[in-house]
Amino acid sequence: MKKLINDPADVISEALRGMAIAHPELRVDHTNRIIYRGDAPVTGKVGLISGGGSGHEPLHGGFVGRGMLDAACAGEVFTSPVPDQMLEATKNVDGGAGVLHIVKNYTGDVMNFEMAAELADAEGITVESVLIDDDVAVQDSTFTAGRRGVGATVLVEKIAGAAADQGRSLADVADVARRANAASRSMGVALTSCTVPAVGHPTFELSDTEIEVGVGIHGEPGRQRLPMQSASAVAELMIEPVLADLDFSGDDGVILFVNGMGATPLIELYLMYAEYAALLDKAGVRIARSLVGPYITSLDMAGCSVTLLRADDDMLRLWDHPVNTAALRRGC
Amino acid sequence: MTDSTVDLDTLTAWIREFARVIGENAQLLSDLDAAIGDADHGINMERGMTAVLGSLEETVPTDMSALCKQVGMTLVKSVGGASGPLYGTFFLRMATPLGAADGVSATDFAAALRAGVEGVVQRGRAESGDKTMYDALAPALDALDAALASGTDLPEALSGAATAAQKGRDATESMVARKGRASYLGQRSVGHQDPGATSSAMLVAAAATAFAGR
Repeated sequence: MKKLINDPADVISEALRGMAIAHPELRVDHTNRIIYRGDAPVTGKVGLISGGGSGHEPLHGGFVGRGMLDAACAGEVFTSPVPDQMLEATKNVDGGAGVLHIVKNYTGDVMNFEMAAELADAEGITVESVLIDDDVAVQDSTFTAGRRGVGATVLVEKIAGAAADQGRSLADVADVARRANAASRSMGVALTSCTVPAVGHPTFELSDTEIEVGVGIHGEPGRQRLPMQSASAVAELMIEPVLADLDFSGDDGVILFVNGMGATPLIELYLMYAEYAALLDKAGVRIARSLVGPYITSLDMAGCSVTLLRADDDMLRLWDHPVNTAALRRGC
Repeated sequence: MTDSTVDLDTLTAWIREFARVIGENAQLLSDLDAAIGDADHGINMERGMTAVLGSLEETVPTDMSALCKQVGMTLVKSVGGASGPLYGTFFLRMATPLGAADGVSATDFAAALRAGVEGVVQRGRAESGDKTMYDALAPALDALDAALASGTDLPEALSGAATAAQKGRDATESMVARKGRASYLGQRSVGHQDPGATSSAMLVAAAATAFAGR
């Protein structure tokens, strides 16, 4: 294992320390591992919190700030944070209009957020939860834990954050978040595994000549393992199940999000973006907005994911709303 | 039946024995998890049980209910993932039926265990055959109840429950996972013993060991 770390046990606390120094506009609770926007709670505004295992940076801490999240809870690497953290964050971002929990659909995250919501409810704070489950690589059936939350998480945090910033009610913010999730589909591919610092060796074995199609953001296995192929062939493999799962044609247009898994350079992501743009054009899907970069990563995994969100006018306006966070900033 | 009475000391001995067994088998649990999950079940459980032992040094619970609450809260706080809420809920739900009594009967203890497992089912929405910790816990409870009903004393009944839990654990190997991260694998989860069922079998075995020593 070759990583820029000191002790594997200190990775998260030391990264949070760096985050706090680099972004003095944020407030970091090092004990509870929570990143807050500096002016939280914002009176009268719906509070937005998310969180999850670490290792997906900039998700979620990088998206804390005006127009996005009010707080993010960091768990151990690839392990959900705990209800105490979420409850503490919920209390501290409640500006009197209630709090929205944005939860990626993983068994641990769901259970911990559920306990936190029960505890918050007992303290008289109104909490709504939105589950993100956009990964088409997983069969959505009663025989699985359901689809995983991946790329749509970034888009939903942006859109719901804008809705909250506009002063919408908790019910309305939750509604647009759910609509955005329902309108999103994603698919990922890994060129290499990732290495969890505390483990020290790659999560799975993947030879130099193979790719894992449908990989999850924790290195979960995907749909199939195939020989390495050209970017255009990989793009086709990835977009096909996404387009097959939801009708993205029509006037609305989509937000096309090409995401890096951590170790894939931007030059390849833009190359892939061009491939997707051509494929979508052929499929009669209009691209309304774009996002390209490593926004929801899997440590040092090489690979990328593609997310399509079928956006209505409301979602597009919210997408264009100013945002000021460490990892996403525009119009501010 | 005095030898079957459960009190604060026996419960504490059970928790300590569970911590010891988890510490001894952390690598095994993580290795099992690596095959169908994310390779951290042993690390997470060991962190949780170490925190439990630490909390028992700091605050000595005064009754069984307080002990279970303290263990449950500590696990929820320190484990994370799915195991934190599941094991945490197990102990938190045990707390209520145990109450503040100095000691309870074997059947009351079995009922408290059942309340704990019902909490696990509620939290995880698992059913028999889903390849989860429930597949070890459910047969253990049934064996315990049946043994106690036929007049077997608690240490022996727990020993039978531990055997039933191990059988349930072994049976998870041929199951298709329908819950948790392993469910993403579908058919590919077959042939691997469930790590949650494995730690749950250890929980029951730890009870058998702790009570046998009384």
